[in-house]
Amino acid sequence: MFRKPHYIALALVGLLTLIVLNLPSHTAARLKLAVGSLFLPLFGLSRASHQLAGKAGDALLPRSELVRQLDELRRANQELQFRAMQADTISRENDRLHDMVGWQRTHPWKLKLANVVARDPANWWQTVQIDLGSRDGIQVDMAVLTTNGLVGRVSGVSLTHSQVALIGDPSCKVSAMIEKTRETGVIIGTASPLDNSLVKMSYLSSNTSLRPGERVITSGMGGIFKEGIPIGEIAEDSRPVDFGLMSEARVKLAANLGALEEVWVLLP
Amino acid sequence: MNWLNPALILLTAFLAVFLEACFGAPRYLLGAQIDLLPALVVYTSLTSNFGMVTAVAVLGGLWFDALSANPLGVSIIPLFLPGLLIYARRGLILREQTYAQFVLGLGASAVTPLLTLLLLLSTRQTPALGWGSLWQWMVMSAGGGVLTPALFRLFDGLENALNYRPVTETSFRTDREIRRGRS
Repeated sequence: MFRKPHYIALALVGLLTLIVLNLPSHTAARLKLAVGSLFLPLFGLSRASHQLAGKAGDALLPRSELVRQLDELRRANQELQFRAMQADTISRENDRLHDMVGWQRTHPWKLKLANVVARDPANWWQTVQIDLGSRDGIQVDMAVLTTNGLVGRVSGVSLTHSQVALIGDPSCKVSAMIEKTRETGVIIGTASPLDNSLVKMSYLSSNTSLRPGERVITSGMGGIFKEGIPIGEIAEDSRPVDFGLMSEARVKLAANLGALEEVWVLLP
Repeated sequence: MNWLNPALILLTAFLAVFLEACFGAPRYLLGAQIDLLPALVVYTSLTSNFGMVTAVAVLGGLWFDALSANPLGVSIIPLFLPGLLIYARRGLILREQTYAQFVLGLGASAVTPLLTLLLLLSTRQTPALGWGSLWQWMVMSAGGGVLTPALFRLFDGLENALNYRPVTETSFRTDREIRRGRS
């Protein structure tokens, strides 16, 4: 069936695969980044065309609509300014109380906006690429979020781009907590590969009884995610698993992972 | 212009990987992203030489893995094996028939993700799998099957548009001319 050249080619391709798969991790990562950088012009082109389409859409908006949106934004801005003033007062009060008790002060978050430029082409991973890299101060294991809630963590960094493992990906496990009861568990993966809005929260105590609608936030344990980042809410009653040794619940994520366009990277 | 077809195939492989990463419409509509590379491997193995089959599998696999969380190189063998099998048997395949193209595309698109997952699991990776993955596999297979004949039509069209048409030679030869009369 096969001729000699086929066997030689098969052996060479097999050898090449073995060599590449067994490269030291940092060499493999560098090689991967080098190969991935071939796509950078296309990413730039795609982004430019998106911006052009956006500008064309803006140009078509009638003036009355723009004025209405401006009014709305002014109102929202004023409301947010009042809230910020109130939050400043509460923060100062909180700092004073922290000093009195001798607790360490919590620092405000430093965030950097990034655009999502690509999704993982393989169906068995949940990762995206963002347009910030090591030259922008991005490092591995930084938390990535939207205004709705946690999205994932940075899992790989190149000079201009980074890979983000989304919540639900096997490489992004999150130590989570029920906001009301302070009970902790771990977000271990998606409930179904077809629906990335539902994830499994496991390692809950066996006698827990969670109800739908309870808010889930990051617990701050593990050192990657700061405490208090919203993750989502319990989607259905918790149920015992592993012969009743622990409980598990499904969590509906707050951030829409299927429609990510812009995300914020939480800097240390 | 013998370089045109190989260049078009490699360019298509590169663009296919980019499009899979940038445009998620199949993922939202069908629940799975369709992979174009197995269909391209089928086309290459039925129309090009063996070096080209190897090049598409190696470069396509590397490009795919570079944009994915896959370890680099894991997609090469799963793309190469269907190509090799089809190439070795291509004398027996009715490559001009749409149904043959569909069946080969379906088979290659079904085998490639299975082999990739097998390799991933054997390298101690933990891809996100579940019952939903079965649906994704079926979508990938059917999508690859449908795209393969489309790819043949596309390349035929491009070849006709960009390549020189073969010169139709007449059967007239001066050395075989029968000269009549006295010389």
